[in-house]
Amino acid sequence: MTAEVQVEAAPQYPAVSHGMAVTALILGWLIPGAGHFLLKRWTRGALLMVSVVTMFVLGVLMQGKVYGFNTGDILDILGFIGDVGAGALYIVTRAMDWGRGAIQIAAADYGTKYIIVAGLLNIICAVDAYSIAQGKKP
Amino acid sequence: MTVTLSHFSAAFVFAVFASTVFGITQRNTPREMVRYGLYCFSLFIGGVIVAGWVMWLLRH
Repeated sequence: MTAEVQVEAAPQYPAVSHGMAVTALILGWLIPGAGHFLLKRWTRGALLMVSVVTMFVLGVLMQGKVYGFNTGDILDILGFIGDVGAGALYIVTRAMDWGRGAIQIAAADYGTKYIIVAGLLNIICAVDAYSIAQGKKP
Repeated sequence: MTVTLSHFSAAFVFAVFASTVFGITQRNTPREMVRYGLYCFSLFIGGVIVAGWVMWLLRH
Protein backbone atom coordinates (compact mmCIF):
# COMPACT_ATOMS: atom_id res chain seq x y z
CA MET A 1 0.00 0.00 0.00
CA THR A 2 1.36 3.35 -0.97
CA ALA A 3 0.39 6.58 0.67
CA GLU A 4 -0.19 9.47 -1.67
CA VAL A 5 1.10 12.70 -0.32
CA GLN A 6 0.11 15.88 -2.05
CA VAL A 7 2.94 18.33 -2.00
CA GLU A 8 2.41 21.86 -3.23
CA ALA A 9 4.82 22.59 -6.07
CA ALA A 10 7.58 24.98 -5.07
CA PRO A 11 7.68 28.23 -7.05
CA GLN A 12 10.10 28.15 -9.97
CA TYR A 13 11.14 31.77 -9.50
CA PRO A 14 11.43 34.11 -6.50
CA ALA A 15 7.98 34.64 -4.99
CA VAL A 16 6.54 37.28 -2.69
CA SER A 17 3.96 36.90 0.09
CA HIS A 18 0.38 35.90 -0.71
CA GLY A 19 -0.87 39.30 0.43
CA MET A 20 1.51 41.04 -1.95
CA ALA A 21 0.40 38.75 -4.79
CA VAL A 22 -3.27 39.61 -4.19
CA THR A 23 -2.37 43.30 -3.97
CA ALA A 24 -0.56 43.05 -7.33
CA LEU A 25 -3.66 41.40 -8.82
CA ILE A 26 -6.08 44.04 -7.56
CA LEU A 27 -3.76 46.98 -8.27
CA GLY A 28 -3.05 45.58 -11.73
CA TRP A 29 -6.78 45.45 -12.43
CA LEU A 30 -7.41 48.92 -11.03
CA ILE A 31 -4.50 50.63 -12.82
CA PRO A 32 -3.21 48.88 -15.95
CA GLY A 33 0.44 47.86 -15.48
CA ALA A 34 0.53 48.85 -11.80
CA GLY A 35 0.71 45.22 -10.67
CA HIS A 36 3.96 44.86 -12.60
CA PHE A 37 5.25 48.16 -11.22
CA LEU A 38 4.59 46.88 -7.70
CA LEU A 39 6.77 43.87 -8.51
CA LYS A 40 9.47 46.10 -10.03
CA ARG A 41 8.87 44.89 -13.61
CA TRP A 42 9.13 48.46 -14.88
CA THR A 43 9.48 47.90 -18.64
CA ARG A 44 6.76 45.27 -18.82
CA GLY A 45 4.46 47.40 -16.68
CA ALA A 46 5.03 50.48 -18.84
CA LEU A 47 4.38 48.59 -22.08
CA LEU A 48 1.23 47.01 -20.69
CA MET A 49 0.00 50.34 -19.33
CA VAL A 50 0.56 52.11 -22.65
CA SER A 51 -1.14 49.29 -24.58
CA VAL A 52 -4.25 49.01 -22.42
CA VAL A 53 -4.72 52.73 -21.72
CA THR A 54 -4.18 53.71 -25.38
CA MET A 55 -6.66 51.12 -26.58
CA PHE A 56 -9.26 52.21 -24.03
CA VAL A 57 -8.80 55.94 -24.73
CA LEU A 58 -8.86 55.40 -28.49
CA GLY A 59 -12.08 53.43 -28.07
CA VAL A 60 -13.72 56.29 -26.18
CA LEU A 61 -12.40 58.86 -28.70
CA MET A 62 -13.84 56.74 -31.52
CA GLN A 63 -17.17 57.25 -29.71
CA GLY A 64 -17.43 53.63 -28.68
CA LYS A 65 -20.05 52.53 -26.18
CA VAL A 66 -19.17 51.85 -22.54
CA TYR A 67 -21.64 49.34 -21.09
CA GLY A 68 -23.23 49.86 -17.70
CA PHE A 69 -24.45 47.07 -15.45
CA ASN A 70 -27.39 45.36 -17.10
CA THR A 71 -29.36 42.14 -17.07
CA GLY A 72 -30.65 42.37 -20.61
CA ASP A 73 -29.14 40.97 -23.77
CA ILE A 74 -26.32 38.46 -23.26
CA LEU A 75 -23.98 40.47 -25.51
CA ASP A 76 -24.64 43.58 -23.40
CA ILE A 77 -23.86 41.63 -20.22
CA LEU A 78 -20.62 40.31 -21.75
CA GLY A 79 -19.78 43.82 -22.94
CA PHE A 80 -20.17 45.06 -19.36
CA ILE A 81 -17.90 42.30 -18.04
CA GLY A 82 -15.24 43.16 -20.62
CA ASP A 83 -15.46 46.88 -19.90
CA VAL A 84 -15.19 46.42 -16.12
CA GLY A 85 -11.83 44.71 -16.70
CA ALA A 86 -10.32 48.13 -17.42
CA GLY A 87 -10.62 49.02 -13.70
CA ALA A 88 -10.24 52.71 -12.89
CA LEU A 89 -10.50 53.67 -16.56
CA TYR A 90 -13.99 52.20 -16.62
CA ILE A 91 -14.99 53.85 -13.33
CA VAL A 92 -13.78 57.30 -14.48
CA THR A 93 -15.42 56.94 -17.88
CA ARG A 94 -18.77 56.00 -16.34
CA ALA A 95 -18.49 58.77 -13.74
CA MET A 96 -17.83 61.35 -16.47
CA ASP A 97 -20.66 59.91 -18.59
CA TRP A 98 -18.33 59.37 -21.53
CA GLY A 99 -18.65 56.44 -23.91
CA ARG A 100 -22.32 56.81 -24.74
CA GLY A 101 -21.78 55.32 -28.21
CA ALA A 102 -22.71 56.81 -31.55
CA ILE A 103 -24.51 54.12 -33.51
CA GLN A 104 -24.68 56.25 -36.65
CA ILE A 105 -20.87 56.21 -36.98
CA ALA A 106 -19.29 52.98 -38.27
CA ALA A 107 -15.99 53.67 -36.49
CA ALA A 108 -17.83 53.90 -33.18
CA ASP A 109 -18.44 50.16 -33.35
CA TYR A 110 -14.69 49.62 -33.60
CA GLY A 111 -14.37 51.89 -30.56
CA THR A 112 -16.80 49.71 -28.60
CA LYS A 113 -14.67 46.66 -29.40
CA TYR A 114 -11.47 48.52 -28.47
CA ILE A 115 -12.91 49.33 -25.03
CA ILE A 116 -14.04 45.76 -24.38
CA VAL A 117 -10.74 44.26 -25.54
CA ALA A 118 -8.74 46.78 -23.48
CA GLY A 119 -10.64 45.55 -20.41
CA LEU A 120 -10.06 41.89 -21.26
CA LEU A 121 -6.35 42.49 -21.93
CA ASN A 122 -6.09 44.27 -18.59
CA ILE A 123 -7.48 41.20 -16.84
CA ILE A 124 -4.74 39.12 -18.52
CA CYS A 125 -2.15 41.68 -17.33
CA ALA A 126 -3.43 41.57 -13.74
CA VAL A 127 -3.37 37.75 -13.70
CA ASP A 128 0.16 37.87 -15.16
CA ALA A 129 1.26 40.12 -12.27
CA TYR A 130 -0.28 37.60 -9.85
CA SER A 131 1.65 34.76 -11.54
CA ILE A 132 4.91 36.69 -11.24
CA ALA A 133 4.22 37.38 -7.57
CA GLN A 134 3.58 33.69 -6.97
CA GLY A 135 6.89 32.73 -8.58
CA LYS A 136 5.33 30.97 -11.58
CA LYS A 137 6.96 33.43 -13.96
CA PRO A 138 10.21 35.42 -13.90
CA MET B 1 -12.29 65.39 -29.73
CA THR B 2 -13.00 62.33 -31.81
CA VAL B 3 -10.83 59.88 -33.71
CA THR B 4 -11.87 58.15 -36.91
CA LEU B 5 -9.83 55.20 -38.15
CA SER B 6 -10.28 53.24 -41.34
CA HIS B 7 -10.98 49.54 -41.04
CA PHE B 8 -7.38 48.57 -41.78
CA SER B 9 -5.80 51.19 -39.52
CA ALA B 10 -8.17 50.16 -36.71
CA ALA B 11 -7.14 46.53 -37.21
CA PHE B 12 -3.46 47.53 -37.35
CA VAL B 13 -3.58 49.51 -34.08
CA PHE B 14 -5.55 46.71 -32.47
CA ALA B 15 -2.94 44.16 -33.60
CA VAL B 16 -0.04 46.25 -32.24
CA PHE B 17 -1.46 46.58 -28.72
CA ALA B 18 -3.00 43.12 -28.43
CA SER B 19 0.25 41.52 -29.64
CA THR B 20 2.25 43.55 -27.11
CA VAL B 21 0.09 42.30 -24.25
CA PHE B 22 0.06 38.71 -25.52
CA GLY B 23 3.82 38.70 -25.98
CA ILE B 24 4.56 40.01 -22.50
CA THR B 25 2.03 37.91 -20.63
CA GLN B 26 2.33 34.59 -22.45
CA ARG B 27 6.10 34.09 -22.51
CA ASN B 28 8.87 34.15 -19.91
CA THR B 29 12.01 35.66 -21.43
CA PRO B 30 12.32 38.97 -23.32
CA ARG B 31 13.48 37.18 -26.47
CA GLU B 32 10.50 34.81 -26.40
CA MET B 33 8.17 37.73 -25.68
CA VAL B 34 9.35 39.62 -28.77
CA ARG B 35 9.12 36.54 -30.96
CA TYR B 36 5.64 35.62 -29.74
CA GLY B 37 4.46 39.24 -30.02
CA LEU B 38 5.65 39.41 -33.63
CA TYR B 39 4.04 36.03 -34.31
CA CYS B 40 0.67 37.24 -32.94
CA PHE B 41 0.98 40.50 -34.86
CA SER B 42 1.62 38.69 -38.14
CA LEU B 43 -1.36 36.41 -37.51
CA PHE B 44 -3.63 39.38 -36.78
CA ILE B 45 -2.57 41.31 -39.87
CA GLY B 46 -2.37 38.19 -42.03
CA GLY B 47 -5.87 37.23 -40.91
CA VAL B 48 -7.20 40.67 -41.84
CA ILE B 49 -5.63 40.50 -45.31
CA VAL B 50 -6.84 36.93 -45.94
CA ALA B 51 -10.35 37.80 -44.72
CA GLY B 52 -10.32 40.87 -46.98
CA TRP B 53 -9.42 38.80 -50.03
CA VAL B 54 -12.03 36.15 -49.15
CA MET B 55 -14.69 38.86 -48.98
CA TRP B 56 -13.45 40.27 -52.30
CA LEU B 57 -13.73 36.82 -53.91
CA LEU B 58 -17.22 36.32 -52.51
CA ARG B 59 -18.24 39.70 -53.87
CA HIS B 60 -16.92 38.93 -57.35
